[in-house]
Amino acid sequence: MEAARTIVAAPLLPGNFARWFAQRGWSPRTHQLDLLAKARDGRSSLLIAPTGGGKTLAGFLPTLVELSERNVRPKKLQSTGRNVARSQGLHTLYISPLKALAVDIARNLETPVREMNLPIRLETRTGDTPASKRMRQRRDPPDILLTTPEQLALLLATDDAPFLFSTLKRVILDELHSLVTSKRGDLLSLGLARLFTLAPQLTTVGLSATVAEPNELCRYLVPQPLEGVAMADLVIAQAGAQPKVTMLDTAEHLPWAGHSARHALGEIYDLIKAHKTTLVFVNTRSQAEFMFQELWRVNDDNLPIALHHGSLDVAQRRRVEDAMTAGKLRAVVCTSSLDLGVDWGDVDLVINIGAPKGSSRLMQRVGRSNHRYDEPSKAVLVPANRFEVLECRAAIDAVADNAQDTPPLRTGALDVLCQHILGRACGEPFLSDGLFAEVRAAAPYATLSRADFDAAVDFVATGGYALKAYERFAKIRQGKDGKWRITHPRVAQRYRMNIGTIVEADMLKVRLVRSRRSTGMIPRGGRLLGQVEEYFIEMLSVGDSFVFAGEVLKYEALVEDEVYVSRSNATDPKVPSYEGGKFPLSTYLAARVRGILANADAWHGLPAQVREWLEIQAWRSMLPPAGDLLVETFPRGGKFYLVCYPFEGRLAHQTLGMLLTRRLERAGLRPLGFVANEYALTVWGLGDLGLRVTRGDLSLAELFNEDMLGDDLEEWLAESALMKRTFRSCAIIAGLIERRFPGEEKSRRQLTISTDLVYDVLRKHQPDHILLRAARADAATGLLDIKRLGEMLSRVKGRIVHKALDHVSPLAVPVMLEIGRETVYGEASDVLLAEAADALIKEAMS
Amino acid sequence: MTNYWTLRANHRRAAGAARVVREPVAASLPRTFEIVLSGTALIADPSGALYWPEHGLLVVADLHLEKGSSYAARGQLLPPYDTAATLARLARLIAHYVPRCVIALGDSFHDGGGPARLQVGDRESLGALQRGRDWIWITGNHDPEPAENIGGAFHETVTVGALTFRHLPTGTANEICGHLHPVARIAHRGRAVSRRCFAADETRMVMPAFGAFTGGLNVRDAAFADLFGTLAFTAHMLGEDRLYAFAAKHCRPD
Repeated sequence: MEAARTIVAAPLLPGNFARWFAQRGWSPRTHQLDLLAKARDGRSSLLIAPTGGGKTLAGFLPTLVELSERNVRPKKLQSTGRNVARSQGLHTLYISPLKALAVDIARNLETPVREMNLPIRLETRTGDTPASKRMRQRRDPPDILLTTPEQLALLLATDDAPFLFSTLKRVILDELHSLVTSKRGDLLSLGLARLFTLAPQLTTVGLSATVAEPNELCRYLVPQPLEGVAMADLVIAQAGAQPKVTMLDTAEHLPWAGHSARHALGEIYDLIKAHKTTLVFVNTRSQAEFMFQELWRVNDDNLPIALHHGSLDVAQRRRVEDAMTAGKLRAVVCTSSLDLGVDWGDVDLVINIGAPKGSSRLMQRVGRSNHRYDEPSKAVLVPANRFEVLECRAAIDAVADNAQDTPPLRTGALDVLCQHILGRACGEPFLSDGLFAEVRAAAPYATLSRADFDAAVDFVATGGYALKAYERFAKIRQGKDGKWRITHPRVAQRYRMNIGTIVEADMLKVRLVRSRRSTGMIPRGGRLLGQVEEYFIEMLSVGDSFVFAGEVLKYEALVEDEVYVSRSNATDPKVPSYEGGKFPLSTYLAARVRGILANADAWHGLPAQVREWLEIQAWRSMLPPAGDLLVETFPRGGKFYLVCYPFEGRLAHQTLGMLLTRRLERAGLRPLGFVANEYALTVWGLGDLGLRVTRGDLSLAELFNEDMLGDDLEEWLAESALMKRTFRSCAIIAGLIERRFPGEEKSRRQLTISTDLVYDVLRKHQPDHILLRAARADAATGLLDIKRLGEMLSRVKGRIVHKALDHVSPLAVPVMLEIGRETVYGEASDVLLAEAADALIKEAMS
Repeated sequence: MTNYWTLRANHRRAAGAARVVREPVAASLPRTFEIVLSGTALIADPSGALYWPEHGLLVVADLHLEKGSSYAARGQLLPPYDTAATLARLARLIAHYVPRCVIALGDSFHDGGGPARLQVGDRESLGALQRGRDWIWITGNHDPEPAENIGGAFHETVTVGALTFRHLPTGTANEICGHLHPVARIAHRGRAVSRRCFAADETRMVMPAFGAFTGGLNVRDAAFADLFGTLAFTAHMLGEDRLYAFAAKHCRPD
C-alpha cells in the first residue's frame, strides 16, 4: 500500500503540494490521490468516506492543483453587450446544504492556499452575502465559489449565467447523501443539468457518507442518457477502525414510555466527566432543551456544557461552534443540526439519547467522535424507554454488520420542476424540446414523461387549468420562434422572492411573563425563550401547560406573533413535548426489532428489566411473530381497546389510526380515539372489539385490508389537515402561492388566500391537477407515510394474529401511557364541536 | 376547513361499488337552525346562508365571485373554479328553499372588474338562478358600483320588516350585515376546530362569507368587540349539517 502510494503520488501531486503535506506531517491518502487521477482523466466521481477522512480536501485537491498550474494571466475586461465583465467565469463551484458549512470550508481552504501561496481567489455566496458583493461576483467571479443550492438556482436565473458558468470545470457537492433525500436535492439536480448544458466539459465530485446504494448517487452526479444509465466513478476511502458502540446498562428503573431519559441523567453526567469532550445527540429541539436544563441541574462541577439546535439564534450557535473548535467545552447537547460535517475538534465520546431511528444515521453520529479516522470512534446509546432498548440493540447489531439504511433516491418532485421551469425562463428563453431533454438528464427526473413536463410548463404559464381562463395573465408565453419567455420583468422579481424548496412552518416567539394576575392583564415584554410552530399553539387552550425550554409552562395568551407563557408548577403537563421523535424508525431497523422480539434467544443481550418485561408478555399474551401482525384486544375502565404492533413509525401509524377509526365507525363499534407511537397503535371505543372478533362478526383481515388505501383514504384526504399542509408546501414551491414574509400583515386573515380553500376547490374541479399530483406523491412518503403503510398492510395479509385478553398486556403499556399525554394530530371534525358543546352544557347544568 | 360539499360530491362520484356513507355525526341531536333576531325567527343554514320564510327571502354575504381571476390578474394564478363552486352551492340552496327574493349582501364580486371576467358558463348559471325571482345586489367595499350584464337591482341598503340589510356593519340595532367574514375557533381536548360562523346578539348579526375562496376573521378580533360592544354575542359555527352555538367568550382567539 505504502509503496503503491508513493509511485502514484509522484506524478499526481506537484512538488509544492507534496512539500506542504510533508510540512504538516501528513501524507496524501489513497482516496485523495484517486480523486486527482479521476480528475486528470476528466471523470466525474463519488467519494464515500467516513468523517475525518480528509474528504473535503480530497474534493478540492484537483481544483487547487489545476489552478496552481495554469498560466497566470490577469483577467481582461470585455464587453458583454449591456455591461462589462471579466474575461473568465468560475472554475469550480462548491455546493453545501448548510451555509455555515460553506463558510467553514472556505475558511479551511484558505489555509493551504495561503501557505502554498497559490494564485487562487475563493469566495462564498450565501443569503448573508451583501447585495453589492453578490452583484460584483456576477461581473467579476472568483475562481472558486462556495455556495448553496438556492444560490445556484438564483444565479442560473440571471442572464449572466452563460458567462459565469461556461468556463466551469468542476462542481463539488458536499454531504451529497443528505442533499439528495429532499426536494433541495431535486432542485440541485435540475441546476446541475443546466450547468452541464452551459459547460459540457464539466465534471462533478460528490462527497458522501456511507450510503446503502452508492450507485444511485453516482447516477445523480452525471447527465443521464436517453437510454440506459450513466454513472460517475466510485471511490471508496478505506474504512476507519470499527466503532465501539455500547448501550448504557442503567442501574435505574427503565421507564415504560417517554423520550426524556431523565432516569439516566446521573450516569450521563458521569460519562461526560470521564471524557474530554462529549457530543450528546438528541432527536428533537425540545429534548435538547430539556436535557440541557437537566444536565445543568446536576452540574456540581460547573463543567462547560453548551446547547446547539436549529431554533437557537445564529449568533448563539456560532459562539458554541467556536468554543467547541477551541476545545473550551466539555459537552454539547445537540440535535441533527450537527449531523452534518462542520469540523468539531477533539470529540472523544458521542452519547445518543433515545432511539437512533436508523443505522446509517447512527453511524454518521458516531463518526463525530475521534475525528482522527484511524482510531475507533466511541459511542454510548441511552434508550429512554423499554422499546428504545430494543431499537438500540438492533442498531448496535446493524452498526457491527455495517448495514446501511439510507433511503433510496427520490423521484423528482413536480412542484420543484415547476419552480425550475420558471427560473429557466427568467434566465434565458427556452424551447420545450430542449428543456425537456435537459431536465431528463437529471437523474431524479430521468423517467419524467413528456406529458408531465408539458403539464408543468402549462402550470407555469397559465396555472395548468383545464378551463383556459388565464391566457391574458400568463407568466411565460411562447414567441414566434417557439421559445418561452417571461411576460414581464415583475415575474422574474417574484421568482427571486419565492425561490427555494424549504417551506418553514410559521413560527411564533415564546416569551416568559408572570402569570396573569387578578386584573386579567398580561404583562408584556418578558424573556425570549425560543420559537415554536404555530400549529402547536393552535392545539392549546389558554391555561394549558406544556414543556418548552426545559420548563413546564402555562399558555397565557397569543399576541400577534408572540406567545406569552408563565412558569407553571403543574406536575402533569397537558402536552409534554411538541415533537415526539422527528425521524421515523427506518424500515430496516424495524425489521431487526421485530426479529429480536420474535426470537427469545436474542434476549440474552438485553438488560434484565427488559428481558423480564418480554417474558411476562410471552406468558400473558404472546410476542409479535417476526412476519405477522399481533393484534390484542382487552377491556379497561368501561372502554374496549385494540392494540396492534406494526413497528412502522409514528407517521404511518397515525394514518393507520385515522383509517381504522373510520372503518370501526362504519362497523358500528363507536371508536372514540387512537394514539400511535413508533412501534404500536391503540384504538379504543365503546363497542367490545374483542368479542366481535371472536364471535366472528368483525374480521380483522377485512379491517386491516389494503383496500383501506382506496376509498377510505380518498375520503380522509379530502379533509385531512396533514394533506392540506402537504398541499400548501407544494403550492408555495411551485409558485402558486407566494411566501409570507416576516413583518407582513398577518391579522387580517380574511384578506389573504388560504391554501386549504384552494385545495378544496381544486380537488373538486380538477382532481388530476399537477399540484394535487405533487401533493399526493409527497403524502406517500411524507407526513402521511402512505407508502410504508401500504407495504405493511400487504406484508401482514393473512398473517394477523389475534389475542383476546382480560386486561392490558405488558407490551401494550407504553402506547397506553401515551393516551392523554401525546396529543393525536387529529382532524378537526364535527365530533369535536359536538363534544365541546355538550361539555359546556354539562358545565352549565351542574 | 372541512368542505361539506366536496365530501358529498365525492360520495356521488364513486359509483359502482356499494359504499356505506358515514352517518351524519350529529343526526340524533336537535337541529339548531333557528336564530331569533329582533324578535324575528330566521333560518340559519349550515352552508352559511340565511332564510326568512315569511318573506321568502334568501340572504348570502360576501360571495367574492371571481376572486381567483382577480388574483390571477395580479400574478397568482389561483384556480378559476371559485365562481362555479360558489354558484353551485347557491344553486342548491335556491333549489331547496325556492326563495322569492335573493339578497347578496355586498362584496359579491372580489373587485369591480369581476363581472366582466365572468366565464360564459358562470354568467349563464347566474342568469338561471335569477330567473323568476327578485335579486338584489347590495353594494360592498369591493364592488361599490352597480355593474352591467349581471341582472338584479343594486342598493346600498334594503329594509324588510324590522330588519335592515347592508354590507358594512354600523353597530345599530336590527341590522344584518357581512364584510367581516366571521370565523370562530373552539378548542377541546387539546385539539381545535375553526369554522365560519354567524356572529349575532339579540338585534345584530354578521353573516359568514359564502364565497369559495373567502378566508375568515376570528370573532375574538377587536373588530367584533368594537361592533358588539362586548363579548356578549354568540358564534353560531357552521357544522356539516347543523350549527353549533358558542358564547364568544368561549371561543379562542387566533
